[in-house]
Amino acid sequence: MSSQTVNRIDAVSRRGFLGTVFSAGALVLGAPLLSSRSAFAAEINPAKDAWYPTVYLGIQPDGTVIILAHRSEMGTGIRTALPMVAADELDVEWSKVRVEQALGDKKYGSQDTDGSNSIRSFYDPLRIAGSTARAMLIGAAAARWSVPASECKAVNGQVTHARSGKKASYGELSSLAAQQPVPKPETLKFKSPAEYRYVGKGVPSIDLDDLVSGHGVFGMDAKMPGMVYASIEHPPVIGGQVKTSDDSEALKVRGVKQTVQIERYKGTYGFQPLGGVAVIADNTWAAMQGRKKLKVDWDLGANANYDSDSFKAQLIDTSRKPCKVVRNVGDVDKAFANLRKGENTHEAEYYCPMLAHASMEPPAAVAEFKNGKVEIWTATQNPQAVQDTVSQVLGIKPEDVACHVTLLGGAFGRKSKPDYAAEAAVLSKKLGKPVKVVWSREDDVKFDYYHSVAAMYVKAATDPKGKPTAWLQRSVFPPIFSTFDSSTVYGDLEMGLGWNDLPFDIPNHRAENGAATAHVRIGWMRSVANVYHAFAVQSFLDELAAAANRDRVEYFLDVLGPARTIDLGPSAADTAAKYPLETARIRRVLETVADKSGWASKKSSPGHGYGIAVHRSFLTYVAAVVEVKVDAQGKVTIPRVDIALDTGQVIHPDRVRAQFEGAAVFGTSIAMMGEITAKDGRIQQSNFNNYPVARMPEAPFETHIHIVSSDAPPAGVGEPGVPVMAPAICNAIFAATGKRIRELPIRKQKLV
Amino acid sequence: MIELRVNGVARKFDGDPDMPMLWYLRDELDLTGTKFGCGMGLCGACTIHVNGAAARSCQTSLQNAAGKDITTIEGLSKAHVHPVQKAWKEGNVPQCGYCQSGQIMQAAALLKQKPKPTDRDIDEAMAGNICRCGTYQRIRAAIKVAAGVQA
Repeated sequence: MSSQTVNRIDAVSRRGFLGTVFSAGALVLGAPLLSSRSAFAAEINPAKDAWYPTVYLGIQPDGTVIILAHRSEMGTGIRTALPMVAADELDVEWSKVRVEQALGDKKYGSQDTDGSNSIRSFYDPLRIAGSTARAMLIGAAAARWSVPASECKAVNGQVTHARSGKKASYGELSSLAAQQPVPKPETLKFKSPAEYRYVGKGVPSIDLDDLVSGHGVFGMDAKMPGMVYASIEHPPVIGGQVKTSDDSEALKVRGVKQTVQIERYKGTYGFQPLGGVAVIADNTWAAMQGRKKLKVDWDLGANANYDSDSFKAQLIDTSRKPCKVVRNVGDVDKAFANLRKGENTHEAEYYCPMLAHASMEPPAAVAEFKNGKVEIWTATQNPQAVQDTVSQVLGIKPEDVACHVTLLGGAFGRKSKPDYAAEAAVLSKKLGKPVKVVWSREDDVKFDYYHSVAAMYVKAATDPKGKPTAWLQRSVFPPIFSTFDSSTVYGDLEMGLGWNDLPFDIPNHRAENGAATAHVRIGWMRSVANVYHAFAVQSFLDELAAAANRDRVEYFLDVLGPARTIDLGPSAADTAAKYPLETARIRRVLETVADKSGWASKKSSPGHGYGIAVHRSFLTYVAAVVEVKVDAQGKVTIPRVDIALDTGQVIHPDRVRAQFEGAAVFGTSIAMMGEITAKDGRIQQSNFNNYPVARMPEAPFETHIHIVSSDAPPAGVGEPGVPVMAPAICNAIFAATGKRIRELPIRKQKLV
Repeated sequence: MIELRVNGVARKFDGDPDMPMLWYLRDELDLTGTKFGCGMGLCGACTIHVNGAAARSCQTSLQNAAGKDITTIEGLSKAHVHPVQKAWKEGNVPQCGYCQSGQIMQAAALLKQKPKPTDRDIDEAMAGNICRCGTYQRIRAAIKVAAGVQA
């Protein structure tokens, strides 16, 4: 494909043609028309005449720098931040950079955009990409001018040689640079922080103009020529199957073409389709209306008795008995059995309900199966999982699944699971034409991969000053891995998320995990198990401080103990070297948030309280102070939140702030209102009327973000703002009302 | 046959008169800036202007739109320079951006009605528009910038 072709495609695929072509804005700039059916990864790589020194970056003869965004944009700003890193090392004007969204392809490394991991895992690879290109451009210029490379400089899209006054643009040098040996990463020279133009400063999101003008293309907006629309009636209970389906009334709906059955998953569901009956129509509305007229008789399967109330009782019961030990320091049993004079014990039980992600864009995908290959456009956090799942379900090779990643209208972990994309592929194969699958909000809420319910039990012995001498904690929840192996009953990755990694100075400590069987699909949602674990631990700490009548900050720091590195053993072996758990950094965020919020001068009074919580997750240290008001009717409002964070080196400060501002709202939704329940195996919530999330008047009125300066390696920012919110809000409510909340959501608790 | 104007263009529609404007705009006219979020008028992602007033397009049928002037986010300003859009860009409001079309259309309608809104006015006008990323604080600030009132 010549650059002229690319330019022509760019021109015609612009916004005016939305609908007949897949278009709009920077997102698919350079990608071919949707009507280009052969658009598979190798063929659609735009600008073949560009020189690609690495998979992440190419330079065209006209000097345009193409940077591949291989991670998904769901609102964190990663489509801007990672390309910015490469552009900085390359030293090029940002206006010369064209960001293209990469297809799913293992050559980029992991594309699973979750775990607050994009900067953490790809800051270095993108720096290396930029620096490699710069070194090769310098090498090319030096060879052309027969001067030492050490005398040449690459600045702002040009290589210059000061002594001779020679200069050449990156574009001019690109074909020559392609012949240079690729330098080994260890020989590369990186910019010093003082030399950065973009890193640590930031640039506006490349999608900003599209997003304020309606031109951003999300999965819900994707179209293919000749496609039909599908709305799918899933089995109401996970594991259910169609017995009989009567579509005679559905077919009478104007615009409905036919109905198609989708087979249920094989083995454990994983990311495979749930099965059900798809109504195929000319437009989304007709498909949805037709679906209402279906008469399906279901075989409901093994989960038809699942009842979240009795399940809750089971979890709580399990948490009251010894469970599997996941961390043990000293001897908790001995300490409890041999209390010394003046020592007391405290115990408490905490409970967090199941939650749905409810991103604003419900799941949607467009797929075309043709000649044994599939092309998909979808909002996914993990295009490689789309390839793997679709290939598994259709019995084709992963490389025969081309997955284009659109913008994601929120995701929060839900869109790491591509069941909806697999449905579109299955339907396209059955129908022989492109199919767009659109989930309704009701589908989204009822068929989520839920954030799991959890029951926790905590017991401590405290010395006469109230400091714990022993601490036992048990956590019971249906584990995430049950989604891939239904026999899984114990947690795994959940343990490292706020449970076996407590940093306290307590001589006897034991963390346990109880068994629980899943009856719905369990997934990961923004900050995952940290939500319930931080709620229990930070609430209990506040309870102990209250019992001892001590200032929270002073008490937390006392329990934290002296500055040291916590050895978490094999459970944290993969991060311990680069990201050790340092109590000094916890202290610093606590002291910072206390200082910035004016903690020392703010005294709680009836109806008006301040709460604090501190939690490290995704290798980032976070402390929050929340101010609440509780009125005479028990209504809670949040006038102010202060969050201090230490995430190491900050790449894009404004987007980091935005993530924590957003986390304060997301955490407020969790604390105040989120709850999914089930009866007879069916989820009882369906839309924002019965699964409320925070709206503007319910969200914190002011959120102040305080970034602690640090030169530690960059850690995660998408998730770690969430876990502190529920305990900080509940601790503030205790300060305002004396009412201790041990069960979420708060809206179900009587506060007055 | 239903006749209406969408972003200044005369349109005729002879399909299901009960079809909500949302799907007509998205599926038939390819104006996908108007977003589907809930289908029940609960989230505001589909907000458009009907004769200048904010309305949920998922709750506005084609027959209710007959003879009306419809404006979508694509028609708010050709160059994307409506004061609300400018303020949104200045404040880097969007995160994922999915709800922002609806937020902007709602805010634009508010400012038309109340050029200098108070915090309470903003709360009341914007409470129907959910942002799951949690950009409310920046939305409020941007509305004040667009209105030229103290943030």
